[in-house]
Amino acid sequence: MNEQLVVLLTYFVLTVFIGFEVISKVPTILHTPLMSGTNAIHGIILVGALLIAASVQTPVEIILGFAAVLLATINVVGGFVVTDRMLEMFKDRQHVGADGSGRKAGKEQ
Amino acid sequence: MTITTALVYLLAAIFFILGLHFLSSPKVARRGNWMAAIGMILAVGWTVVVLYQSFTPAGIAICVAGITVGGIIGTVAARKVKMTAMPQMVALFNGVGGGAAALVAVSELLKVVGKRPDLQVGLPDVFAIIIGGISFAGSMMAFAKLQELMTGSPITFPGQHIVNGLIALAILTVAGVLLAMTGSVVLLIVLLILALTLGVMFVLPIGGADMPVVISLLNACTGLAVAASGFAFNNFALIVAGTLVGASGTLLTRLMSAAMGRSLANVLFGAVGQLQQGSAGEHSGVQGRIARSSTAEDIGMLLAYSRFVIIVPGYGLAVAQAQHALRELVDTLEKRGVEVAYAIHPVAGRMPGHMNVLLAEAHVPYEQLKELDEINGEFKRADVALVVGANDVVNPAARNSPGSDIYGMPILNADQARNVVFLKRSMRPGFAGIDNELFYDSRTIMLFGDAKESLTELVSAVKAA
Repeated sequence: MNEQLVVLLTYFVLTVFIGFEVISKVPTILHTPLMSGTNAIHGIILVGALLIAASVQTPVEIILGFAAVLLATINVVGGFVVTDRMLEMFKDRQHVGADGSGRKAGKEQ
Repeated sequence: MTITTALVYLLAAIFFILGLHFLSSPKVARRGNWMAAIGMILAVGWTVVVLYQSFTPAGIAICVAGITVGGIIGTVAARKVKMTAMPQMVALFNGVGGGAAALVAVSELLKVVGKRPDLQVGLPDVFAIIIGGISFAGSMMAFAKLQELMTGSPITFPGQHIVNGLIALAILTVAGVLLAMTGSVVLLIVLLILALTLGVMFVLPIGGADMPVVISLLNACTGLAVAASGFAFNNFALIVAGTLVGASGTLLTRLMSAAMGRSLANVLFGAVGQLQQGSAGEHSGVQGRIARSSTAEDIGMLLAYSRFVIIVPGYGLAVAQAQHALRELVDTLEKRGVEVAYAIHPVAGRMPGHMNVLLAEAHVPYEQLKELDEINGEFKRADVALVVGANDVVNPAARNSPGSDIYGMPILNADQARNVVFLKRSMRPGFAGIDNELFYDSRTIMLFGDAKESLTELVSAVKAA
């Protein structure tokens, strides 16, 4: 085991703790957006896809590279757009009274 | 990795974590999603800048084409999807991410074909191929089940666990050979195919009602596959982002299993939800007892003169697209001064938090949505528990009959309300395939029919009362 691997492992372990800490604070009501939002975040595999796609030469590399970039982009773009759409629905009721009786916003449509 | 690259990736990681942090409140959650998106643009944009010198002509072509086409597909799909179809959309996006991770790892290992791969790159890449492949195929199966391209009930055959075990063993063997001896194109292809097969086989025996657990778990899988890629590339942006998703998926998987009162192993391997023979008798259930049904006029009268009504929405509500009709009924009741709350079971719907999204779409204020722990004490003072398209989440068998498949699942105490009204299409049992005692209780009234039509009739009945 070399130094580089130890550093990477450190990132990994610390992120596990941060992840559990941050995500356990997300309320149940937002679990679907949480899931689609984190979905978009793992679209960072697009970075990996670009790293292999940049220097392709053989037909096999080209096909694999293209498929990887395509799939990763669908993941990123779709994930963020759909999460935004959902969160927009939650946001448009922030003016409602705390008792839930006065529905001032939310009358649109 | 240069200092600048490392700093840009660090910034991206900060944006991801802050983005998730903002998801802790509905008011600022949208901003959080934007922050995560900015982090993503930073990381991807800077990667393109760094790679600028090394692009081959073909490389430029496939990157531009892939991002353009992928961007269009992603945007259109995300804009068009109905909120009821959100679980399958999320499964799809999750699957393509896992697929991308597997393909990236395959490409990496193709570069060292004929040699024994360096363990530090080879091990994470093999892991990414296996987990990414399982995640891709599993997500596609989940998509097919949720989209009803195939049956949503468990598909089982004798010796299933043994077959799956053998596939898993074959995967480990091929992976071992790849790492210990030499990488070859054939071995890589075999490994990928085996992983895809296991993904399909693993979701086959899982029923539609258990999808919240499966989707969460596959989400965690893709995250870990991406994190593994980060180890192979020596890239901490991938590690941090992938691990955050892994943590989130793991947490949600645990929450969802707990909400069903079952262990993860039972959800994955129990094949719960197969229709038991002889349980499909229409309008007369166990021991030939008859459930009491009534008309919309009578029930409308009951609701109109109640003081406190608790609504228990289930997936049937979403299937009937009746969220807006329900909201109209609640509005009508509130105008008469009736207090109304929604009781949301954690697994109402097909993914974690799904019902909240569906009701938010119908402009139900989120303050009215009560979680299980919050509302369960309130049922005692409720005049009516109105159960719309739900069944298993209010089934007292979860409390009382140890032999039942759903025994131990935390349920909403609808049976403690003074009256219970079920809006149902028929007496068919819920997804768990279990009859519900509560249907035959003396305080229970059934209103049969399509949920949307029933709710619309109730609105007129309440107005007339």
